[in-house]
Amino acid sequence: MTSTLKGITLKGSAELVAEFFSFGINSILYQRGIYPPETFTRVTHYDMTLQLTTDPKLKNYLTNVVSQLKEWLFECTVQKFVLVITCLETNEVLERWQFDIECDKSAKEISAPREKSIKTIQDEIRSVIRQVTATVTFLPLLETPCAFDLLVYTDKDLMVPDKWEESGPQIIDQSEEVRLRSFTTSIHKVNSMVAYKRTDSA
Amino acid sequence: MAQFGFENDIHSILKLDMPITNAPIARWQRKASSSNASALNGLSPGKSANVSLSSSKTPSKTPGKNKKVTPSKMGGDRFIPTRNSKQMDVASFLLTKENEPVDAINPTVTSESQKAWSMSLNGYNLEDAKILHLGGKPLNAPEGYQNNLKVLYSQGATPASVKKTRYISSTPDRILDAPELRNDFYLNLLDWSSRNVLAVALHNSVYLLDAAQGDVTLLMKLEHEQDYICSLSWTREGTYLAIGTSDCNIQLWDVYSHKRLRSMASHTSRVASLSWNDHVLSSGSRSGHIHHHDVRVADHHIFTLSGHSQEVCGLKWSPDGRYLASGGNDNMVHVWPRVQEGTASQSVRSWSEHQGAVKALAWCPWQPNILASGGGTSDRHIRIWNVNSGSCISSLDTQSQISSLVFAPNYKELVSAHGYAHNNVVIWKYPALTRVAELNGHEDRVLSLLLSPDCSTVATVAGDETIRLWKSFEMDPVKKAKERLVKSTSGVIHQSIR
Repeated sequence: MTSTLKGITLKGSAELVAEFFSFGINSILYQRGIYPPETFTRVTHYDMTLQLTTDPKLKNYLTNVVSQLKEWLFECTVQKFVLVITCLETNEVLERWQFDIECDKSAKEISAPREKSIKTIQDEIRSVIRQVTATVTFLPLLETPCAFDLLVYTDKDLMVPDKWEESGPQIIDQSEEVRLRSFTTSIHKVNSMVAYKRTDSA
Repeated sequence: MAQFGFENDIHSILKLDMPITNAPIARWQRKASSSNASALNGLSPGKSANVSLSSSKTPSKTPGKNKKVTPSKMGGDRFIPTRNSKQMDVASFLLTKENEPVDAINPTVTSESQKAWSMSLNGYNLEDAKILHLGGKPLNAPEGYQNNLKVLYSQGATPASVKKTRYISSTPDRILDAPELRNDFYLNLLDWSSRNVLAVALHNSVYLLDAAQGDVTLLMKLEHEQDYICSLSWTREGTYLAIGTSDCNIQLWDVYSHKRLRSMASHTSRVASLSWNDHVLSSGSRSGHIHHHDVRVADHHIFTLSGHSQEVCGLKWSPDGRYLASGGNDNMVHVWPRVQEGTASQSVRSWSEHQGAVKALAWCPWQPNILASGGGTSDRHIRIWNVNSGSCISSLDTQSQISSLVFAPNYKELVSAHGYAHNNVVIWKYPALTRVAELNGHEDRVLSLLLSPDCSTVATVAGDETIRLWKSFEMDPVKKAKERLVKSTSGVIHQSIR
C-alpha cells in the first residue's frame, strides 16, 4: 500500500490518465448540455462532485473508447485525444476539446516507479476538471442539438483495431482557442485546450 | 556549317546513283581514328553527347568544360545530321537521364512542403500520426431535447469575440477661450444650432462659432456695459437666435443677415432661460414667471405660466412639442401642456423631490415622455421621470452639482455636466445609469453642456472661461453605413407612397 503511494508506474499512469479522460468526457458532455442533465448521476471523485452518464448505450461507448485508450497509453502510442462537438443538422464542428498527450517512452524500458504521489497528480487533475466546468462562462451557447465524436491521434505504425476507423482532424473554421491547465503523471503529460467557433455578432 | 553538310547529304541521297560523299564516317572507322579519345571519355552522357564528334574536330575542348552545359542543350535529337544509329541510344539515355536529377531533388522538397501544408491544414503531420475514431457514432440526445443551458446566458456573443471599436478620448477635441464669460449657474449661455453653429454669450456680446469651419464671428453687443446676456436659444431651423438679457428683454436675431428682427419686453426681471416650440418662444425669468411669446404677431406675449416662486433656470420643450418642462431655483420641476390661447393653464406634473435648484432638464429623444432632471449643489441627484404616469423611474446620487443633462442617442447614453465638487462631465448608460466614462479637464464648474446636431460631440462651457468640445459619441463606421442604408431605403418607400 505504501509503495503505491510513493511512486507511479507506467501501468498506473495509463490508468490514471484514462480515468481522467472518462471523467473529463462526462463532465464536458454534462456541462455543455449535449445530453439531458437528468441522464447523469452524481459521484464523488478527486474530492469533488462529478457527473457520470447513466445512459447504458453512451456508457458502453465510452468504456469501449477509454479501455482502448488505456491500452494505447500503456504502449505510449497516443499523441492526442480530441472531443469534437458537431451540430447535428449541418455537421459543422462547433467545439473541439483537445488533449495533447506527451508520453515519456523511456518508461517502457525502465520499470522503476517515478517519484510522484498520486495525491499531487489528482490535485492537478482536479484543477483541470474545475477549469472545464468553468469554461461554460465564456463558451458560446450551443443552440442547436449537438453530437460528439472522439478522435485519437496515434503513431503511424499502429495496427488499427477492429471497429476503429481513420478519420479527418475535424478542425473548426475560424475558431478562438483557450488553453487550459495541464497535468502530468511524470510519464504522461496532458495539455488541454478548447477551441470554439467564433461568433461574429457586432 | 552543319546545315550545309545536311543539304549536301540530302542532295546526294536524292541522286541515289552517286556514292554518298559526305556521309558520316562509318562506326568502325571512327572507332579506329579516335580510339584513345573515346576510350577515355567513353559514352558517358553526363559529359557530352557530342563527344564523339567534337573530340575529333576540336580536341582542345576539355570534357570537364562540357560538363557545365545543361542537358537540354546537349541533347542530340535536335541536330538531325548527327542522328546516326549510334547517337540514338545516347539521346534516349539522355532524355531519360534528364528527368532524373529533378526527381532526385524533388522528393525532399515535396516531403518538406507536404509536411508544412499538412501542418497548416490539418494541425498535425500526416506522416507522424493517424487519427482514429471508434466506428459508429455514439447515440444522439433524445428527440426534442433542448439545451437548457440557455438560462445561464444573458448574451449570445462571447466576450472575446465582441469587437470594441468605441474609444472615448479623455481629452477634449478642441479647447476655445471664452473670456469674460459670466460664471453664473442660473444662466444658459451656450446653444448649438442644427446648422452646426455654436452660439456663446460672453458678458454682453454674442459670438458665433462655426463648428465645421472654425470661424468665429461677433453677432451683437448690448449697448450698456452693465447689462449682460442671460440666455440663448436657436430655433429648430437654426436661422434665428433668441437672446434673453438682464434688462428684461428678449431679442430676436436673424443670424445670416446679421439683423435684429425684434425686441420683446414683458418680463420684470432678467430672462435666464429660453425654449422654442415652432413659432412660440417660451422664456423663464427671475421672477418665476414663464411667458409664451408668439413671435409672428405684434402682441407677442400670449400666455403666462406662474408656478415657480423663484428664478426659472431650466426650460425645455419636449421633442414632440406637447410638453414644456421647467425647473426653478425653488427646487420644483413643472411640466406644462401646450396651451390654447385664453385657457387657464395648470401644470400637468409638479415634482418637489429635488432639494436644490433644477437647471438641468432633458427630454429623451428615443423614448417619448421621459424627462431627466438634475439638482443643484444641495441635491446632486439625477432623476428620470415618466410624464405620463408622473412617477420617478429612477434616481441616482452623482455626488456633484448638476448643471446640464443631455441624452446622446448614438449609444443611448445620458450625459451630465457637473459643478461643485467634481467640475467634470460624466457619461451614463441609459436606462441602467451605470457610469461609462468621465471627461475631466475643466478647472472650474461646468455651466452648460450641449450636443452637436450630428450627436457625435458635446460642448461644455465652464467657469474657467473655456469651451471644450468632446468627441465622445462617434458612431462605428460600419454601423453608421448600415443606418444610412436603412434611411435611404426608407426614403425610397416614402417617395413611392407619394
